[in-house]
Amino acid sequence: MPESVLARAERVLETGVGLDEAGVLEVLRLPDDQIPAILELAHQVRMRWCGPEVEVEGIVSLKTGGCPEDCHFCSQSGLFTSPVRAVWLDIPALVEAARQTAATGATEFCIVAAVRGPDARLMAQLAEGVKAIREAVDINIAASIGMLTKEQVDELVALGVHRYNHNLETSRSYFPHVVTTHSWEERWDTLRMVRESGMEVCCGGILGLGESVEQRAEFAIQLQELDPHEVPLNFLNPRPGTPLSDQPVLDPKDALRAIAAFRLALPRTILRYAGGREITLGDLGTRDGLLGGVNAVIVGNYLTTLGRKPDEDLALLEELKMPVKALSATL
Amino acid sequence: MIMIVWCDRCGRALDEGPHSACAAARELEPPRYCGQCRRRMKVQVLPAGWRATCVEHGDLTPTSS
Ligand code: SF4
Ligand SMILES: [Zn+2]
Ligand SMILES: [Zn+2]
Repeated sequence: MPESVLARAERVLETGVGLDEAGVLEVLRLPDDQIPAILELAHQVRMRWCGPEVEVEGIVSLKTGGCPEDCHFCSQSGLFTSPVRAVWLDIPALVEAARQTAATGATEFCIVAAVRGPDARLMAQLAEGVKAIREAVDINIAASIGMLTKEQVDELVALGVHRYNHNLETSRSYFPHVVTTHSWEERWDTLRMVRESGMEVCCGGILGLGESVEQRAEFAIQLQELDPHEVPLNFLNPRPGTPLSDQPVLDPKDALRAIAAFRLALPRTILRYAGGREITLGDLGTRDGLLGGVNAVIVGNYLTTLGRKPDEDLALLEELKMPVKALSATL
Repeated sequence: MIMIVWCDRCGRALDEGPHSACAAARELEPPRYCGQCRRRMKVQVLPAGWRATCVEHGDLTPTSS
């Protein structure tokens, strides 16, 4: 009889080496009654290989909407009839957003722009913003401004951006069903350059885009190959006016299976709750995920939608006896 | 007196309801349409709030809406 997936997950716990694609797929297909056991194992893996700390991050949109790309889940594409209009954040408001984020105890502040890649105006705005935040607020600054050239990667390093987010979004095989204006490989190229630059790589995606469980497993393994510092996991929150507006929200049990599977594929990675957890998992599921492999959260609001109050998340972490990672520990 | 006649989430007339799904969604979304004139607003979401601006009717914040 082949070794059970629970036995293989035990080996992840011992060795710190992630599950292979077949193992991930098995976790994604586990019957409902085995979900608690696999979440428990994923939690042990996280505690053993990452520790009890939770990394807290806030994000803000520096440039919202009007994006020329067609990512079918995104309310910020200018190609759909989404009600989201283009707007830029000014520097004082950006600094204030960083200050509000730091006040929650967060160590990460990610500045995001809805673009294919940055132009000179955006790079200048980002440079000014990063400088202003560094003068006023004690927090690590991350950025997410699309596909980069080598020169732009170097500029971000020179600015002191310590982590760069660029999501592959979904598996390589499913990507063309979700995005047609650029390729998965173009995204991979940016990630490769970011990695080589020494910046920390943050790369995740969205579950529930209509991908199959096989493609979900494929995606976990592609992330394993990339080996990012952080993987943000989003769950689709279907947005009005986008091609995926009628896509059903992911079943919470499938979301929990995915959390365990991604943790078991990526034992040492920061696995972050990003958008969509509120509508997919609710409060109870959020807690289950934090006890099932997740070790980082985005607090406060997202880019175009709102999140839970930071106090509620922080109270939950305290109740779970999970200390918030301190800034000194990240430097 | 301010007359709110449009749903700030879907932009349709409030009396063409129901907008209960919109109201539920608004718990986790900022407004997108001006309730007075139905124009799409410029909306900036911030970590601890949001700001929406109608070109005709001005600024709206979580406390003013
Ligand atoms: S590139 Fe980013 S902002 Fe633009 S449509 Fe895709 S996900 Fe949205
Ligand atoms: Zn409505
Ligand atoms: Zn108006």
